[in-house]
Amino acid sequence: MERYETMTPLDYLKLNKLQKIWCRIYSFIFSIPTKLLNLLFSIGRLFKRFGLYVAHEFMDVLYTFKNGDWKTRLSFVIMGFGCFARGQILRGILFLLFEIIFLVYMSIWGWYWLAELALAETSATETITTLVDQFNMITMQWETVESTSTVYVTNSLHSLIYGILTIVFIIAFIYTWRVNVKQQKLAQQILASGKKLKSGKDDLNSLVDDQFHKTVLALPVAGITIFTVMPIILMIMVAFTNFDGSHQPPANVFNWIGLDNFNQLFSWQSGSSSFSATFGEILSWTLIWAFFATFSNYFLGMFVAMMINKKGIKFKKVWRTILVMTIAVPQFISLIYISNMFDVEGFIGYWLKNHGYFINGIWSNGTASRVMVIIINIWVGIPYLMLITSGVLMNIPADLYESARIDGANVFQMYCKITLPYMLFVTGPYLLTSFINNMNNFNVIYLLTGGAPNTLTNSGGETDLLVTWLYKLTINETHDYKLAAVIGIMVFVVCAVISLIIYNVIPSTRNEEEFQ
Amino acid sequence: MTNTEYLESTEESVASTEVSSAETMGDIQKRNNKHRSIKRRRIISNTVVYIVLVIMSIVWLFPFVCLVLQSFRVESTGIVYYIIPKQWGFDNYINLFKNTNFLKWYRNTLIIAIATAVLQTLFVMLMAYGLSRLRFKGRKFLMNVMLILGMFPGFLTMIILYWVLKDLGLTQDGTIGGLILVYVASSGMGYYVAKGFLDTIPKSLDEAARIDGATRFQVFYKIIIPMARPIVIYTVLTAFMAPWADFIFASYIAMSSPDNYNVAVGLWNLLATNSGKDQYYTMFCAGGVLVAIPVTVLFMCLQKYYVAGVTGGAVKG
Repeated sequence: MERYETMTPLDYLKLNKLQKIWCRIYSFIFSIPTKLLNLLFSIGRLFKRFGLYVAHEFMDVLYTFKNGDWKTRLSFVIMGFGCFARGQILRGILFLLFEIIFLVYMSIWGWYWLAELALAETSATETITTLVDQFNMITMQWETVESTSTVYVTNSLHSLIYGILTIVFIIAFIYTWRVNVKQQKLAQQILASGKKLKSGKDDLNSLVDDQFHKTVLALPVAGITIFTVMPIILMIMVAFTNFDGSHQPPANVFNWIGLDNFNQLFSWQSGSSSFSATFGEILSWTLIWAFFATFSNYFLGMFVAMMINKKGIKFKKVWRTILVMTIAVPQFISLIYISNMFDVEGFIGYWLKNHGYFINGIWSNGTASRVMVIIINIWVGIPYLMLITSGVLMNIPADLYESARIDGANVFQMYCKITLPYMLFVTGPYLLTSFINNMNNFNVIYLLTGGAPNTLTNSGGETDLLVTWLYKLTINETHDYKLAAVIGIMVFVVCAVISLIIYNVIPSTRNEEEFQ
Repeated sequence: MTNTEYLESTEESVASTEVSSAETMGDIQKRNNKHRSIKRRRIISNTVVYIVLVIMSIVWLFPFVCLVLQSFRVESTGIVYYIIPKQWGFDNYINLFKNTNFLKWYRNTLIIAIATAVLQTLFVMLMAYGLSRLRFKGRKFLMNVMLILGMFPGFLTMIILYWVLKDLGLTQDGTIGGLILVYVASSGMGYYVAKGFLDTIPKSLDEAARIDGATRFQVFYKIIIPMARPIVIYTVLTAFMAPWADFIFASYIAMSSPDNYNVAVGLWNLLATNSGKDQYYTMFCAGGVLVAIPVTVLFMCLQKYYVAGVTGGAVKG
């Protein structure tokens, strides 16, 4: 191991493939302390840069105010005033409209939701006593009685959602205000240098030309922001609350509880029944599953592709079509059917039972289920991999094989020296994505086993992945949304760490522009 | 991928060439002997490959054949241990339409699938075009953010989205609208395959059009979109197929509102209990066949484009 440290680039080239990979892993592991230190420094630098940026922006605002004419100065209070005064009506209207909407929103609802974000209420309902006139049938006259009714006064979930939205809105306002100030400064400079300002028509025209990216990306990015980014932020917030079945709006409230949920995950109390033990078990199976699911599919898929593409094999199209058909049939049909086929009453399960294996069915035996899930996943995955790899295989220059054959290489040697390195080089990034996707492969696990056998505590099962467990936690009787949120965050952390490591160990030099 | 890159990545193959150039006459003699046996060896190896391929085809088709056979079984409706039905008939299909809301589920899914196919393609193509052809401030940042977002499990957002959609009235009776909204809104994140394809269209085309006075918008719909036809079809196909298979989000949103299930949720719920398995299993198979046929036929017709998309997507990452 020591020799890796004193190695020159030339020594590195002399190593064989395996040694090179070892060398990379070794140097990666030993560079972790330095990298962590660098990370700390770069975070420090980031803060410094951010501070400088804010200071710079602040100075610029002051400078604009000092050197600005009255139109610019008035724009500090009435957004877009300068635009109106200088004839840029369209921009002026937009700025002013935004300011009016913001002020109206904040004065009517904004402050209320910001205060609600503290989630300080202890009860979601209030009993209100009102006096109601009622006709008494016995005394035959109207009388006033007390009637109680329950009203919902607060909904923690709404408080959370609208509170966060309000904060986002405020940030957006500050940003727009800053843009407004910058615009005035620019406009003043442009006019001072004797040039003409852009008219509203120019602005609109640039939306299909210079600024076309804004037009194109506005819709998709808005969709992603509202339906992906916001929910993720909210769920991260939920991880710090006690939101679960017994604290579920609208009948109940939930509150901030700090890091308690994370404590539950990381404290090893009371043996194997604890939440952390289940988490550890499921996490390790998730990683094992992702590894086997990815690589078994990859190598077998490549193997099948090579068989179909072999010289002299006829009906290539037929073989390919048969495999591809399995992609077309929706997974919920094929997987539920296969799952039942292996169950006790099903065709294969019954046969196994008659021969004395798996009396209670495969899905009640932890290890057997795990193996079966991986095998069935091969059935699911090979068609995809066959398609992907056969495309890449055909791109390998034929003369490489030709010259290898002339030099007397056998099939196995050609595979190891030509096919595999080429494939790994080209599909390396794909392997990483598919590893991450397999970690989150909900369909295969949930439709096949539903996580069964459910021998673990906290609704966990032996074939459960983190994502299926997360789902089961939210639909079981306790509705543990808070823990689901924590697990979701952990899945993200694990995925991010793995991606980082793999990108470091296998430097896949992908140059985006190279194809253009 | 160019050849030069490949050669850089495999120094070993070059090394082995050098070694073998120093062969002796004896080696050449041996190789000639080998040559005669090559023909026989190829026949043997091809036979083996054929056998493996036939076995594989059987294994891959087996579940579907069973599914179809089960759907015609009349004598019982539960799970059985034999494959060939003892009595044949269309009873399961008839019962499926009579006793369940299958037709409604089918209609719901079809509406969702068509709407999603149209809108999602629009979103994905806009996103892919923007990120592939246009260069602007924050482009790399945007791509990195989406890479990071992709690492959060999708279900994390599902819980919050359920509550939000419920407030908007898009659960239960509004399921169809809710599902379309959710499928389409975030679909911009799946721009990778389309962008990979657009990256391969030469930039000189854009530049030539720009010099002739075309705006970026004109470049987009007069040059890029016609050239990107294969990938547009791929996007439409995948977007159309996804709602037929989506079980998880649909069940979360349509919860306890049988009229608004999609086919996946409806059929799954038939089998949810043990008594349901005895009563509805063959009907589930019949439903499965009815769902699989149109999707499979469509898929087979457009297979070419699917293959192109999948292959391109993997190579570009």
